[in-house]
Amino acid sequence: MHSTGFTVMFAAAVCFVCAIFVSGSAVLLADRQETNKVLDRQQKVLDVAGLLDSGPTTPDQIVELYKSNIRPVVIDLASGEPLPDVDPANFDQAAEMADPATSKEAPPNDAKVRRIPNRAVVFQVVENDDVMSYIIPVEGKGLWSTLYGYLALDSDGQTIKGITFYQHGETPGLGGEIDNPRWKALWDGRKAYGPDGEPKVAVIKGQAGTPEESPFAVDGLSGATLTSRGVTYLVQFWLGDHGFGPYLHQQARQES
Amino acid sequence: MSTASKEALVDPFFNNNPIALQVLGICSALAVTTKLETAIVMTLAVTAVTVGSNMAVSLIRNLIPPSIRIIVQLTIIASLVIITDQVLKAFVYDISKQLSVFVGLIITNCIVMGRAEAFAMQNPPGLSAVDGLGNGLGYGIVLLVVGFCRELFGSGKLLGITILKPVTEGGWYVPNGLMVLAPAAFFLIGIFIWIVRSWKPEQIEEDFRVGALLELSHEGNLR
Repeated sequence: MHSTGFTVMFAAAVCFVCAIFVSGSAVLLADRQETNKVLDRQQKVLDVAGLLDSGPTTPDQIVELYKSNIRPVVIDLASGEPLPDVDPANFDQAAEMADPATSKEAPPNDAKVRRIPNRAVVFQVVENDDVMSYIIPVEGKGLWSTLYGYLALDSDGQTIKGITFYQHGETPGLGGEIDNPRWKALWDGRKAYGPDGEPKVAVIKGQAGTPEESPFAVDGLSGATLTSRGVTYLVQFWLGDHGFGPYLHQQARQES
Repeated sequence: MSTASKEALVDPFFNNNPIALQVLGICSALAVTTKLETAIVMTLAVTAVTVGSNMAVSLIRNLIPPSIRIIVQLTIIASLVIITDQVLKAFVYDISKQLSVFVGLIITNCIVMGRAEAFAMQNPPGLSAVDGLGNGLGYGIVLLVVGFCRELFGSGKLLGITILKPVTEGGWYVPNGLMVLAPAAFFLIGIFIWIVRSWKPEQIEEDFRVGALLELSHEGNLR
C-alpha cells in the first residue's frame, strides 16, 4: 500500500508535470495564436466591407487587401473628432475600454455595455483615397454571451452595408445563425437612423421584406428572440450618442 | 501486430463501439456533426487525447495510489485537452472557433476516462495506446457517418463543396432542415446502432429496461 506521504508527493508530481506541459504549450503557441487572431479580425473587417466576395483567400492576400483598402482611424468617441496623432496600429480599444483611466462608466443600457472607451477605432474603406464606407466595432450581450462584431455603413453614414460577428457563444443553429450569410445579407441597404437622427434600425419578429418596404427592420432569427433583441440593442447603442453617433453624423454632414 | 493489439485497435470500430454499444460521448456527437469538417477535426482531437491519456495513465499505472487514481487520470486528461485546444487554435483557427467549447468538453467525454480507468490501468503502455487509438477512431466512425449524412442532406455539401445544389442557390435540392438540428444526430446514431446490431446480433441487450437507461444517466454516463 502507498503511504499518505507518497500519495501527496505523487499528486504534486503529477500536477507539476502537467503544469509544465500546459504552460509550455501555451507559451510556445502564443505567437501563432495571436497572428491567427489578428488575421481573423482583418478578415472579418474585409468581409463586412464586402471585399472578400471573390472566393477563398490566402493569409497573404488578406494582409495585402487589408493594407491597401482599409484605413483605421482613431477618434475621440464623445466628440467624433479624429485623432491623427494616435497610431491605430498600437491602439488597443479593448484594453482602453477596460482601463478606468481611458474609459468612463456607461449609462444603464439594454446592450449591457459596462464601460465606454474615450477613444475608439473606425475602419475607413478607401478606394483611390475616397472613403467608400465606415466600419465600426460593436459589442453587447446576446443571450449567453457577449457578441463582438463590426457594422459597416455607407459613406453617407446612414445606410447599413453589412454586419458580421467575429466572436460570440450563442447556440449553434439558433442564436448562432447571426453568422449565417443569408441573414447577414438582409442588413444591406437598411437605414441606421430615423428622421430625427436617433438609431432606429432593429431586428424584428418575423420577416421584414426588402429594404424599400421596411428600411429600419431586419428579419428576426426564428428560435432566437433574445439573441435578436441583443443585436438590436447593441447596434442601436453603438450607433447612438454614446457610441459612434457623433462621428457618423459628422461624416453625413460633410457628405451632403 | 499481435492478436491482442489488433483486437484492441479493431474491436471498438464495430464490435465494441463506444457510441453504438456503450452509448458514451453522445453530447459531442450531436454538437459537432453538422459539418463533416468539424467532425473530422473532432475525431482527430478526441483520438489524440485518448491515445495520450491511455499511454500516460498506463505508464504510471503501478505508481498511482488507488485512493487518488480518478483525480490523477482527470488531471492528465484535462492537461491533454488544454494542449489539444491550444494546438487547434494555433493551426486550424477557423475550425477551432466552430468547435468552440466542445474541444474543452472532451474532458467530460466518458470515452476518454472510461478507457483510462477500464483499460490503461491494467495494460502496458503500447497496448493502451492502441486501445486509445481504436476507441478514438471508433468514436470517429460514428461522427463521420453522422457528419456525412447531416452535411450532405442538411446543406447539400460535403467539406464545403456543393454536391446537391440547393434551390436557394438556383439548384434543385431542397435541404432537409431537420438534418442541421440536433435531433437528426439522434436519429442517425439510432439508425447506425440498428444497422450494427442487425449485423452483429450478439450486441442486442436481452432484457432491455428503461430503468437501466435511467440508472446510467444517474451515474452521469449518458452525456
